Amino acid sequence: MNSFDVSLLLSGQYHDWLVSGFALSIKLALITLVFALPLALLVAVLRLAPLAMLRAVGVVFVEAIRNVPLLAHMLFWYFGAPEVLPEALKLWLYERNFEAASAVIALVLYTAAYMSEDIRSGIRSIPKEQMEASRALGFSFLGAMRLVILPQALRLTVPPLISQTLSLWKNTSIAMVIGVAELMYQAQQVESASFRGFESFAFATGAYLMISLAITGASAWYHHHHPVRSA
Amino acid sequence: MWEILQTYWLYYLIGQYPDGPLGGLSLTLVLAALALVLAFPVGIVLALCRLSPYRLLRWPVTAVVFVVRGTPLLMVVFWAYFLLPTLTGHVTDQFNTMLAALVLFDGAYLAEIIRAGIQAIPKGQMESARSLGFDYPRAMRLVILPQALRNMLPSLVNQFVSTIKETSLGYIISLGEVSFVATQINTQLLTRPAEVYLLLALTYFVLCFSLSRFAFWLERRLAAGTSHPGTR
Repeated sequence: MNSFDVSLLLSGQYHDWLVSGFALSIKLALITLVFALPLALLVAVLRLAPLAMLRAVGVVFVEAIRNVPLLAHMLFWYFGAPEVLPEALKLWLYERNFEAASAVIALVLYTAAYMSEDIRSGIRSIPKEQMEASRALGFSFLGAMRLVILPQALRLTVPPLISQTLSLWKNTSIAMVIGVAELMYQAQQVESASFRGFESFAFATGAYLMISLAITGASAWYHHHHPVRSA
Repeated sequence: MWEILQTYWLYYLIGQYPDGPLGGLSLTLVLAALALVLAFPVGIVLALCRLSPYRLLRWPVTAVVFVVRGTPLLMVVFWAYFLLPTLTGHVTDQFNTMLAALVLFDGAYLAEIIRAGIQAIPKGQMESARSLGFDYPRAMRLVILPQALRNMLPSLVNQFVSTIKETSLGYIISLGEVSFVATQINTQLLTRPAEVYLLLALTYFVLCFSLSRFAFWLERRLAAGTSHPGTR
């Protein structure tokens, strides 16, 4: 194997490819987070709703998504789903960045299913007397949820949500299968264009680790500043 | 979807076997099972190193576990695909590449499950085993691990579910597991991607959902078998 050529990573065309991939990976993770968090909250509340119908909707959502690999989700949303759309809408979609849109849909659903479970167990760890007391004071289910239960539950949910964010960060790499030009895709492009696999994979690994380390650091910071209070 | 299954069910289940390599759903299951079985001893060794009083063992292994858990599985797959041939001198096929990546990746995840399982066993167990004259390896093997592994059974079944989902990444290095076979069926049919990929999702769902229900059942059964929760 030739010696490690750092200059390839510091400037030039390959450097630009890798950096743009890195930026797109971060963008994918952030956009997913923005959509997945409220969806996860909605599903978690659905699963605890007083109506059996609503609870069933929540259960089906979570189980149907978690038991299928993210890769299959991506393939479905990219290749399968557009087929059932009307022709005009399909053309409109294909003119835009349809790869990235499918990847975001798959990532949002997948991440939300996992996060909703974390939020749900956070909510369930709040003593049920809290809900009963709020209802007795005249709050509706949603009012009690919003003003009494969730503010307490979400504090407890932050650490598992941070580790889900770490999974999300790693999961963005799977978007390469449908041709989204994120970090992993670009690393492979550089490898096949320059035969410099060692350098390009080292760059990608370093970049993934850097963000993972930052996320783990955030978790440690939160743990330090908001220690778990015993009830 | 039904017609697709009628035409392609055999291909979907076993790929080109026996005229070619084993593929499809069978390959997914073989790969996942083999990966978990091989990753298990790796996980035990890594966990014991992580719990070791010797820094020389603890620090490098902690670093390895952290690096593997901090990078996507896909990255590990690429490293294996790219590095194994340079190290061993001959080309590694897709199956063995994927297997090596899964063993390393799952080994690191199992290490943390096993570490938590060992740490959940009260310290008194090790202390009494040692005072009865067992040395550390024997106390670990005969007293601690059997109890820890029993508590970890449900987590292990869940890890198997994860491993089944992870084998789908073999698709990227053209390993003929079930996702890859589904894509080939899709390429032959051309006009019905929604049905093909729905079938694929459904296949994974049936497999993983029933396994995770099994883990749930196991958890309750094992919990019911313990008379004094928390003092185990």
